[in-house]
Amino acid sequence: MSIYLDNAATTPLSAEVLAAMLPYMKVHYGNPSSIHMIGRKARTAVERARRSIADCLQASVGEIFFTSGGTESNNLALKGAVRDLGVRHIITSELEHHCVLHTVEMLEKAYGVKKYFVSQSEKGHLDLTSLEQLLQDLSNKDGQVLVSLMHGNNEIGNLLDLDAVSIMCQNYGALFHTDTVQTFGFYPIDVQKTKVHFLTGSGHKLHGPKGVGFLYINDEINIQPNMLGGSQERNMRAGTENVYGIVGLAKAATLAHEQIVENEAYISDLKHYLMEELQQMIPDVQFNGDPSGRSTCKVLNVAFPANKESELLLLHLDIAGICASGGSACSSGVDVGSHVINALQLDNNSINIRFSFSKYNTKEELNILLEKLKTILKINTLDTKTI
Amino acid sequence: MSTLVSPIYLDNAATTPVDPRVLEAMIPYFTNKMGNAASRNHPFGWAAEDAVDLARTQIANLIGASSPKEIIFTSGATEADNLGLKGVADMYARRGNHIITTVTEHKAVIDTCKMLQKKGVDVTFLEVNEKGMITPEQVRAAMTPKTILVSIMMVNNELGVRQPIEEIAKVTHEGGALFMTDGTQAVGKIPVDVNAMGIDLMAFTAHKMYGPKGVGALYVRRKRPRVKVTAQMDGGGHERGMRSGTLNVPGIVGFGKAAELCALDMEKDHAHVSKLRDKLEAAFLEMEEVYLNGDPDARTPYISNLSFKYVEGEGLMMGFNQEIAVSSGSACTSASLEPSYVLKALGLDDELAHSSIRFSFSRFTTEEQVDYAIEKVRKSVERMRELSPLWEMYQEGIDTSTIEWAAH
Repeated sequence: MSIYLDNAATTPLSAEVLAAMLPYMKVHYGNPSSIHMIGRKARTAVERARRSIADCLQASVGEIFFTSGGTESNNLALKGAVRDLGVRHIITSELEHHCVLHTVEMLEKAYGVKKYFVSQSEKGHLDLTSLEQLLQDLSNKDGQVLVSLMHGNNEIGNLLDLDAVSIMCQNYGALFHTDTVQTFGFYPIDVQKTKVHFLTGSGHKLHGPKGVGFLYINDEINIQPNMLGGSQERNMRAGTENVYGIVGLAKAATLAHEQIVENEAYISDLKHYLMEELQQMIPDVQFNGDPSGRSTCKVLNVAFPANKESELLLLHLDIAGICASGGSACSSGVDVGSHVINALQLDNNSINIRFSFSKYNTKEELNILLEKLKTILKINTLDTKTI
Repeated sequence: MSTLVSPIYLDNAATTPVDPRVLEAMIPYFTNKMGNAASRNHPFGWAAEDAVDLARTQIANLIGASSPKEIIFTSGATEADNLGLKGVADMYARRGNHIITTVTEHKAVIDTCKMLQKKGVDVTFLEVNEKGMITPEQVRAAMTPKTILVSIMMVNNELGVRQPIEEIAKVTHEGGALFMTDGTQAVGKIPVDVNAMGIDLMAFTAHKMYGPKGVGALYVRRKRPRVKVTAQMDGGGHERGMRSGTLNVPGIVGFGKAAELCALDMEKDHAHVSKLRDKLEAAFLEMEEVYLNGDPDARTPYISNLSFKYVEGEGLMMGFNQEIAVSSGSACTSASLEPSYVLKALGLDDELAHSSIRFSFSRFTTEEQVDYAIEKVRKSVERMRELSPLWEMYQEGIDTSTIEWAAH
């Protein structure tokens, strides 16, 4: 029996979500662009889903655009902003997901956009003074400024103060894009209160399906599509809608928002339990990021002291049936270490492992993990207890 | 058991129902095998990756690809068309900046080409003949030393005509360019062999071949020649760097299963659909002033496009909308009231183009359904014609096309 502690990579689909999706594969299989009854049924489902997502964010339905996932949404926001909104300066951070960093790199090359990094603390928090300084410096230069910063970091879990950044962007007339793939459905976001221009969300990180996401685009701005060839999504994104996926995303988002407080409390409790137990068990264990500070409940990035036993820890955990991760799943293939951990420039050579939780995990599972860790790391419980 | 569950679905060129066997294959990847295919450290990730690899092989086998690595998964055919066209235009910009395509392509190709035009790419849109066909000679004549890509769809989505792509590919290669085809309406329905046909890139999708929506692929040739496209979505570097984004594992598994089933059942399905198509067409063409659109000698049996003269197509559809689901053109443009640009390209006038209906079939369509549709449509056409002054004039022998209508 495996224990799945890699929920920042992807989450299991909830049974209710699957139940909501199935009719759109079995019965209401129409193409939403078809004007006959079977098509209209699919169209209704897509528009209802749009309403659900808009409600989660207090947005208007016209501001929600469905895509194939977080990567596509981030690409659409960043490329659209540069192509259509006169953005010439992008402020981001070294801790962003690769799909933001690589898109910005592409925009530097293809459009001559200038990139700036907000500096970060050792604990992985972005330095908002440095952000303000950048905004101030750029306010005298030609060209629109875009700030693209993720809400919850996928590797270390740090949470950004969205309100503070939003206000700062407004003060300096900058556009604000935030990737909320790790936090949408886990922390409430109200775009009426927290002004953003673009917001990215994805289905499969909140017990919804893979292959579907959305981009919120503030009504005040207008960008052109990246993908052409059909009038779907009000000309913002061509291609036959992934109806069952969209239905699943909306269902998952609605369920997540209905229990947002309970889920956070439950998952947070798991994280803190694991933290405390690890500290008891391994006195010199450390945590990357700031898990007891401003941080998501989902992620605990543990820095195990490097030694003979911990060297192949991830492999041993896998053999023991525990699924965790060394970093982001998306950096497929070659193991070059985590760009996020590297950016923190920590002065240690610890073995870093990301455990990430969901509402389906239990303390019993964490106890099994702790037992396995004791065995793998050859920790003599009796000794640590008596010291 | 009767298959006459209303409405009868004859719009399979817009999308097909998911085959129950496909859905069955997908379910585990929604539930207990839910890993991220890029997770390298645990069995959930590996199981997902294995499933994606199997699907890649199933799809490669269906289209005769030399290696599963030649299949790049996307969110659908539209994305694949965008990736193929923009990706080649970007990657081969140093070699040339001319693309040849046709006026009857799907909007995913036409709109992307128009966007490329704005960016300075030279695009030739070849006209089709009155049967919707392109000749290799037209392509040859349009080629220049700057031509980098010829993109011509294999089977047209409104007419069902199949272009002579083998010959076109040959001409394209002689001119030193790459050949791309939108295979959306062909793959899974007629034999497609990318090597025998000389295809370098091909866009296609699952939901037109009994797979799920939200997943498609771009075939990108790896040998003789090795083709590369510039990624249009940047990120984690999935799909050999050509398409980033977490893979839609259940969707891909469904796509793979659908491909396997299409390969197995292709002859059977083809024979079944041909019989139904022939029956439907024979019944309608027996009626007065009904015309078949597209070359009857170069078609797949899955699509039948007919013009019912003196009847307005949208109005006609209203007549049986509750019982029969068909389309007056492609689904992607059916919300617009413009007559089909494909039919216009064949030289049909607005009136005839407006009187056209596309019937499209699937392996699930039954003879009983087709019989019912024939009866319903025939009655609707007759009823509408009874109300039509034009039809009356035609019956009285007046050539309505020569009448000059007074403005009012």
